[in-house]
Amino acid sequence: MAWSRRIIVEDRRWLTPEEFNQQLAVCQILPGGNILNFSVMFGYRAGGTLGSLAAVVGLIGPPTLLMILAGMLYRRFGDLPALRGMFVGLAAAAAGLLIATVAKMVGTTVKGRLRPAHLIAAATFVTAGVLRWPLPLVIVAVMPVSIALAWWERR
Amino acid sequence: MSDDSDVYLALLASFAACSLIAVGGANAVVPEMHRQTVDIHQWLSDRTFSELFALAQAAPGPNVVFVALLGHYVAGVPGALITMFAMCAPSCTIAYGVARVIDRFKEAPWRIVIEAALVPMTIGLIAASALIVARAADRSAATVAITAASFALCYWTRVTPLLALGLAGFLGLMGLV
Repeated sequence: MAWSRRIIVEDRRWLTPEEFNQQLAVCQILPGGNILNFSVMFGYRAGGTLGSLAAVVGLIGPPTLLMILAGMLYRRFGDLPALRGMFVGLAAAAAGLLIATVAKMVGTTVKGRLRPAHLIAAATFVTAGVLRWPLPLVIVAVMPVSIALAWWERR
Repeated sequence: MSDDSDVYLALLASFAACSLIAVGGANAVVPEMHRQTVDIHQWLSDRTFSELFALAQAAPGPNVVFVALLGHYVAGVPGALITMFAMCAPSCTIAYGVARVIDRFKEAPWRIVIEAALVPMTIGLIAASALIVARAADRSAATVAITAASFALCYWTRVTPLLALGLAGFLGLMGLV
């Protein structure tokens, strides 16, 4: 995301910072990765339907091939005792990375005194992570409450 | 061959469903992917899931490419392509539809309300993803220490997360975890 912003806004100047933020905001309420949705919209703006397709293939094509290669190596060598420790270490570090992502999001978006947003985040965490409800059920249960609270807070 | 096509179809169905409910991006549906692939279909173990996730985090590209790795583990190259297609096509089609009418609701008040409602849910879902990966990965004092160090590095400094992953992988390779 940081990279895309640098290329689109700062280097090539395809969009102004305001246009970039607006498009991104729309992408954030749609399902799917933000940057993936962004590439669909940006591609459409720049080159119509084909532009959309080109942007998506360009974004996910090379990393997909890389993942297939990584998958082949993992299947072939993942169980070698010499490499076992490396994967254990990698997974532990990835967990820390995710926790840091959550902490940063909490810091920038739901800071301050206890607000409904804190309860929504906690309820989502407990139902999806601890109780392991299916995600559609989590969404059906939490989303209406979240929308109602967000609407009520903005009045 | 029919076994193969059963798996392909199951991958297609599971990930197309994930695509449509991926509010907040791919990392937010990690709990659902884990439920589908590990708990329901039992295609892979908890441990393998968290290791594949870590591999994908170390790779360039959007988070969504994790599903290619997952699909590859379950059903080879066709599995990777099918899973990636299933995960991207539905949400991209919606984004495409919205791109055609975007100017109409860029500033709409209900868009702002929905966004405000989704952000805390995304946070909760990524926290759930963190719990799932941590529970699978942190099975010893050393791995818990690595998770804590990786958190500290990524939260308090501006160095690339690749440094944390690289160091942890190196420590593991040396047999220290």
